[in-house]
Amino acid sequence: MGSYNWNWPILVREPYLGWIVSGFGKTILIAVLAWAIAFPLGSAIGIARTTETRALRLAGTVYVDIFRNIPLLVQMFLWYFVVPELLPADWGRWIKRDMPYPQFLTAVVCLGLYTASRVAEQVRSGIEAIPRGQRYAGLAMGLTSLQVYRYVLMPVAYRTIIPPLTSDFLGVFKNSSLALTIGVLELTSQARQIEEYTFAAFEAFTVATVLYCLVTGLVILIMRIIEARTRIAGAITVGAQ
Amino acid sequence: MQRLGAAIVAAALLAALEGAAFAQDGPVMKRIAETKTITIGHRDASVPLSYLGSDGKAQGYSIDICLKIADAAKEELKLDKLEVKYVPLTPQTRIPLLTAGTVDIICESSTHTLGRSRQVSFLHTTFLTGSKLLVRKTSGIKRIEDMTDKVLVAVLGTTNEKAAQVEIDSKKIKIKGGEIVKVKDHSQAMLNLEQGRADAYVSDDVILYGLKSASKNPDEWEIVGPYFSYDPYGMMIPRNNDDFRLLGNATITKLIRSGEMQAIYKKWFEPGPTNINYPLSDRLRENFQLIALPD
Repeated sequence: MGSYNWNWPILVREPYLGWIVSGFGKTILIAVLAWAIAFPLGSAIGIARTTETRALRLAGTVYVDIFRNIPLLVQMFLWYFVVPELLPADWGRWIKRDMPYPQFLTAVVCLGLYTASRVAEQVRSGIEAIPRGQRYAGLAMGLTSLQVYRYVLMPVAYRTIIPPLTSDFLGVFKNSSLALTIGVLELTSQARQIEEYTFAAFEAFTVATVLYCLVTGLVILIMRIIEARTRIAGAITVGAQ
Repeated sequence: MQRLGAAIVAAALLAALEGAAFAQDGPVMKRIAETKTITIGHRDASVPLSYLGSDGKAQGYSIDICLKIADAAKEELKLDKLEVKYVPLTPQTRIPLLTAGTVDIICESSTHTLGRSRQVSFLHTTFLTGSKLLVRKTSGIKRIEDMTDKVLVAVLGTTNEKAAQVEIDSKKIKIKGGEIVKVKDHSQAMLNLEQGRADAYVSDDVILYGLKSASKNPDEWEIVGPYFSYDPYGMMIPRNNDDFRLLGNATITKLIRSGEMQAIYKKWFEPGPTNINYPLSDRLRENFQLIALPD
C-alpha cells in the first residue's frame, strides 16, 4: 500500500456523494421490493410443499429446484437477455423498448423469484418441525385445511423460522449487488463507477462496505425486535435468548 | 558504552547512506533487480491492445511495448536473466494491485486522465483514440445529435460514458429513458445492440472497430460520428518511481526513433491478427514525433 494516495474527501464531493446516495437508495429499493415478492410467494410455495395435494407438492418442488439451483448471476442474465427473446415478438419488443426502468424491474423480479425459493424452504421446514399431531388435532376439531394452516400451523412455523429468515432477508440486500451485471446503478456499481472515475478504489469500496453493514445491522435489529415481540411465553421454539 | 554508542551512530549513518543511494530508485526498479522478475498486468479482451490469445497467453500492442521496456530494464540493471510474469486484471482490480506492488506495470487500454494521475503515473501516450458510436447501418444514425428518442448504451465508468453525457447535456439531446444505459463490459453492450435493446454503443473507436470485426455480420454495423472525446492511452506504473518512469519513457522514445514502434503498430493494427484494419492516424504519427525527444 506504500504508494497509495488516500483521498477520503472525495467521498463528500459532488457528483460522487450523489452517486453514493442514489446507489444506496436503489439497493434498498431493490431489496425491499424483491422481499415483497419473495415473502408471500415463498410462503405460498412452502405451504404448497406441505399440503396433502400431490400436484401442489410437485409444483412447489419443481419451483424450488429450478430457482435455488441456478446461480443468481445466471438468472439475472437469463431474465434480462433471454426471456424477452422467447416471448411473442410484440411482448419482447415491449419489454425491450417500452417498459419503464427495464433493468431495475428485471432485477427486482429476478431477485424476488430467486429469494422466494429460499423462503419456501424455510417455511416448509418450519411447518414440518411441528408435530403432525397438531394438524390432525385441528382437522379433528372440524377446522378446514385452510383454517388449520391459518390458526394452528403458520403462527408457530413463522415464529420458529425467524432466525433463518433473517439470513435470507439479509441475503436479499447483499444479492442486490448482482443487479449491476444487467446495468442497475446500485451501491456496488456506484462504488465501481467512483473507482473508475477517480481511481480511489479503497475509499469507494470502504463506504459501500460500511453502508451494507449499516443496513444489514438494522435488519438484524428489526428482526430481533419482531422475534421478541411475537414470542409466546413458554414456547420452546424461541429458546435462544 | 562509548564504543557501543559509536557503533550505533555508525550503523545509523550507514543505513542513511544506503537509503540515500536508493533514493532515486523507486521500489519498482529495486524489486525488479532483487527478484529478477517483472510483473505485467494485462486485460483479457482489450483487442488488439491487451488480450488473451487462443493459446491463453497475454498479447497485443501494449504488451509488445512493455516487453521492450522489460528488455531495457534487464540491460539497465545488468541482470543475467529477467523473468516476465503476467497477471490478468479488471478495471476494478488494477489500481489496488498496482499500488500494493503485485504488478509493476499495467499494459492495456487505459486512458490517461488527470483524476487517475493522482493515484498512478502514466508513461508517454502510445495510442490515441476517442469516443464514437457503433450503430446498425440501417438505423440512420450518423452522429450523436441523431440520438433523439433512441437508446444509448455505455460501459459503466468509462471516459466515453462521461463524454457522451457531457455531449448530450450540452446539445440538449433527449435520448430515450432520459439517461444512458450502463452495462458491465463490451460484450454486454454488444448484446444490447444485437438484441435491439439499444440503438448505439458509445466507446473508444478502436474498441468499436474490434467489436465490429469480431461480430457475426461485420457488414451490418458501422462506426459513426466525429470524435467527441480525446482518449490518450498510456501504460500505468506506481507513482514516485522516477527512475522506472524515465526508463519506460526512454524506451518508448527509442522505439519511435528506430521505427520499431511503427512496426509494432503495423503488426497489430494493419490489418492485425484480428483483422481490425485500423491504420496509423495522422494524429498518432504526430504524437510519436512529439514524444521522440532527443538523447
